[in-house]
Amino acid sequence: MKTLLVAEFREGKLRAEYTQLLAFARESQAEAAMFLVGSAADLPKFDGTLYLAEAVKHGEYSPAVHKQLLLDVIAREKPEQVVFLHSSYGWDLAPRVAVALKAAQVSEVIGVDGGLPVVPVCNAKLRRTIKAATATTVLTLQAGAFGLDDEPAGTPTVITVDTDAAGKVRCTGYEAAKIEGVDLTKANIIVSAGRGVGKPENVAMVQALAKALGGEYGASRPVVDAGWVEHSRQVGTTGSTVTPKLYVACGISGAIQHLAGMKKADFIVAINTDRDAPIGEVANVLVVADLKQFLPILTEKLQNR
Amino acid sequence: MNILICIKQVPDMESKFKINADKTWYDRADLAWRMNEYDEYAVEQAVRLKEQVGSADLTVLCIGPDQVKETMKKALAMGCDRGVHIADNDAHQREPLVIAGMIANFARDKNFDLIFTGMQSQDRGSGQVGVMVAELLGMDAVTTIVDFAYDNGTVNVKRELEGGTKSLVSAATPLVLTCQLGLNTPRYPTLPNIMKAKKKELLTIAPDLGGVTAGQETAACFFPEKKGGGLVLEGDAPELADKLIQLLKEKTGVLA
Repeated sequence: MKTLLVAEFREGKLRAEYTQLLAFARESQAEAAMFLVGSAADLPKFDGTLYLAEAVKHGEYSPAVHKQLLLDVIAREKPEQVVFLHSSYGWDLAPRVAVALKAAQVSEVIGVDGGLPVVPVCNAKLRRTIKAATATTVLTLQAGAFGLDDEPAGTPTVITVDTDAAGKVRCTGYEAAKIEGVDLTKANIIVSAGRGVGKPENVAMVQALAKALGGEYGASRPVVDAGWVEHSRQVGTTGSTVTPKLYVACGISGAIQHLAGMKKADFIVAINTDRDAPIGEVANVLVVADLKQFLPILTEKLQNR
Repeated sequence: MNILICIKQVPDMESKFKINADKTWYDRADLAWRMNEYDEYAVEQAVRLKEQVGSADLTVLCIGPDQVKETMKKALAMGCDRGVHIADNDAHQREPLVIAGMIANFARDKNFDLIFTGMQSQDRGSGQVGVMVAELLGMDAVTTIVDFAYDNGTVNVKRELEGGTKSLVSAATPLVLTCQLGLNTPRYPTLPNIMKAKKKELLTIAPDLGGVTAGQETAACFFPEKKGGGLVLEGDAPELADKLIQLLKEKTGVLA
């Protein structure tokens, strides 16, 4: 199947996630070309055609312009699938292209089953397979769902593309992630609090367990958004991606964005009252228990060990 | 200013879901319903903007069966001025483009300066509708905003990117904005405002499905397969703690 992959570029650099696009193309045995608004100085590694527009001229986020560049390439390449990452760049640009092409868009693909894309429903509690009926299909891939086993290699054949299209939406700069506070990516043991802790006071139980285990405490997004735990401790796609030896998820149901940030931990313990919570999919051990009862007992036993 | 806020009614995500009879979606029976969490931020931002500029008319729009009016009343109690309910019992089966088409057909001749909506719904989660509305109306759109400032037709927002970085984006009205969690702190409706909301206009209209064509359908909706290997521990809390500590000793090096 002829496929056009849409790579990403931010703050002057190619985003390494382009390899996930290549992995998807490889898995679906697609004939892949790539599109990038980026720089000739930082090219993706693969053997194939790269349609390259200059980010210096066209901006890193300029939706109307990037849409036009991409539509021009699609008219030339005539792919059956246009594949984006399900990212702040991809989910912003993909629907614009889908509407222009009158193409079905399938968002956040996590796999392929019998040739059909699989997507999550209801925070990943359910799944759907989707049958698209349009000539071209637009897909966005969930972060981390597809990965190359080997290092990317190769040299693309670059075809430079350009447009005179202009847009009123402008990216004027970036604000770096706050780096004060703890760096969870260096922690060996992380104990994280999720919405299931119920009240801000109960975060202390999670902190106590982390201390008893000699680790750091973290949190899922709802707990950080509620202001119970500072942002530097957020685990997930918009926080830190962590790979500790032990990850203990307390009252975390397991939204995709959280799983993407912690599923590569060596050993995962989930503590949850719901034995069907999606966190169970990645957990080595699921303890079905009420946090308020279980955490103090576990902490005490660890301290008295 | 003329502002539209598009909201969706979704089930509580903590519900025990079941698959429906034709295996294409979850069974809608016996669920507790609420406003899509992302849309609460959209409503709140619109109400705050009205408080800032003094004069603005806020229309909240929702598509679905009659029961969605309950969720619309919350938006009215939060401060929206009027509600438009597009009556559609099949809304839950429709793909994002068709939903976007219904919204665009309603909005086309209304001259909205701003359209706020959530960046995605909690159930379908496509993240497509807001951007598609903008494309169908020929408006600009900025997605995933976590900060919003308005001054005399100019909109400055921050977009949330991966890894905690934000981008600063400048745009002008008319504009569609899709809201990310954490954009603001959505208010709880007060009792007097809940009473006032009962008197606000809530108009039900028929859907206009013109202009777009459905291009996809659900082949199957199902529960993910449970992966083998994961151990489930149940029972008495002290006993569970002992078992877990034993497991950590055997399987990890962290309790050495």
